[in-house]
Amino acid sequence: MIRLEAIRREFQVGGEPVHALNGVSLTVERGEYLSIMGPSGSGKSTLLHIIGLLDRPTAGRYWLAGRNVTGLSDQERALIRREKIGFVFQLFHLVPRLTAAQNIELPLTLDGLPPEKRTDRVQSILAAYGLAARARHLPNQLSGGERQRVAIARAAVTRPEILLADEPTGNLDRASGREVIELLERLNHEGLTLILVTHDPELGSRARCRLQMRDGCLLADGEAR
Amino acid sequence: MRATDILRFALQALRGYPVRSWLVLLAMAIGVAAVVLLTALGEGARHYVTGKFASLGSHLLIILPGRSETTGGHPPILGETPRDLTLDDAFALLRSPRIERVAPVVLGSAPASWQRREREVTVIGSTSAFRRVRHLDLAEGDFLPIMEPRSAPAICVLGATVRAELFGPERALGQWVRLGDRRYRVIGVLTPQGQSIGLDLDEVVIIPVTSAQALFDSPSLFRVLAEAKTREDIASAAADVREIIRHRHEGEEDVTVITQDAVIATLDRIFQALTLAVGGIAAISLVVAGILIMNVMLVSVSERRQEIGLLKALGASGGKIQVMFLTEAALLSLTGAFLGLGLGLLGVWTGRELYPVLPLAPPPWALVGALAVGLGAGLVFGVLPARRAASLDPVQALAGR
Repeated sequence: MIRLEAIRREFQVGGEPVHALNGVSLTVERGEYLSIMGPSGSGKSTLLHIIGLLDRPTAGRYWLAGRNVTGLSDQERALIRREKIGFVFQLFHLVPRLTAAQNIELPLTLDGLPPEKRTDRVQSILAAYGLAARARHLPNQLSGGERQRVAIARAAVTRPEILLADEPTGNLDRASGREVIELLERLNHEGLTLILVTHDPELGSRARCRLQMRDGCLLADGEAR
Repeated sequence: MRATDILRFALQALRGYPVRSWLVLLAMAIGVAAVVLLTALGEGARHYVTGKFASLGSHLLIILPGRSETTGGHPPILGETPRDLTLDDAFALLRSPRIERVAPVVLGSAPASWQRREREVTVIGSTSAFRRVRHLDLAEGDFLPIMEPRSAPAICVLGATVRAELFGPERALGQWVRLGDRRYRVIGVLTPQGQSIGLDLDEVVIIPVTSAQALFDSPSLFRVLAEAKTREDIASAAADVREIIRHRHEGEEDVTVITQDAVIATLDRIFQALTLAVGGIAAISLVVAGILIMNVMLVSVSERRQEIGLLKALGASGGKIQVMFLTEAALLSLTGAFLGLGLGLLGVWTGRELYPVLPLAPPPWALVGALAVGLGAGLVFGVLPARRAASLDPVQALAGR
């Protein structure tokens, strides 16, 4: 599904090059549940952004579903994001002026789906995620857990193959965090490839496959401790 | 993304910051309204002035002594003054079959007095034809009678103001008014005429042309007014005038003939240029409104970085984001422009109700132009913010940096 080969990513910070990723190679199978753990600044978010085609590696190669996506244009990458990848962020990133239902609808709208189809898909996912009563609420009228569930619904409504979650529980209390993680795991059971970035070892240890990052390098699970 | 969805998204975004959106709409509306109102004013003035001139006398020719010429070689070494226009020249013009009537005009100023009241007046010496040529109406008495042009009876017709100031409530008809060192009997008083081609006809005293020549001790005419029989005759009448005068002036065509059509056409051009200039100045405010749109859109882009990052993460390409933001700018400018059009037309309508004399009417090109420039400014100035939004790095944008 995902194959990274010697991926490097450098940033220029104040004229000094910073190596966020230092030659990362990684293979993720379809339907995998992978967690990437590590302290902040270890490059785990950068790795997630590169997998999600939001960021380009400085060097290295990347195959997604058998296709080399390393050198694709902005437009082609956008298309792949739209069709294959869902994102869940720590800060939810809901559009504040849109209702829960409209937020979930947004990727379908960007896709150019006809309105009737969009409404159907949004209604069914709202019902499935227990958000039907919240459909017309604005994000600031929702609790943190509800916001993250709306964000997950938005990521899942396009039926992507890969779900990338960056500290999805980082801004939630334990109870809502548990709900959110269970929802993500349910999607993984349904066949979605789930990649979870977290610095919480308890959360990370729930994944079938666990990776540790340190200074832009991947370590196998256990090695870090 | 469907066009309707793009529009709806832009509309929702604009409603997200209503105060800013309304202020920009107002700026654009004021710009468009200014163009509409000012061009309407210019057009109104044009119609008013040309209308006034057309009402002067429909087929008027004005003949001035001297030739206005912009071509030619060296100036003559000996001063070559043009011949004067004389009464004989004026009446010779009647030989043209295309000229209906001729009014010679002598102009000067003299003190006018009655009893102990005295004031300076403009004295016009002419004939009975003057009344018809200039469409004058009388409040009291008669105009100069038709008579042998060489006779110089001591009679006069007063302008409305002159009559009021010399006689007040007393009866003017039949009284003797002193002009310079001669006395003239008042036989008529004009109705108030108002200003007309630089001459206030309320401030004049009209006497027979020969009397005026005697009064000012000069045989030369100030000008000759001639009226062509029909509108179509104006051009050939002017040619006849030149021909007759050249014949009488030993082959020298030393008069200038101004036709009323030419005057009106010139005024028309002047006012059209004025309308254009004023409209152009007003259009600057449209550009200012465009810059305002750019400003608001730039603020909006930097406030909505995270949203733009999200849209990119959801699979919107840079091009699509550019279209979305351009749509917002276009929506702002278009709504503002139509708002301004409504405001401007309302203003024009109000103006027409208040001052029916002035035929206010915005020219169609100004309406179309204002809309086009407004929308164009919005789009042109919307490009930079939209480009900026499109070029944001999604990772940075999502982090709010």
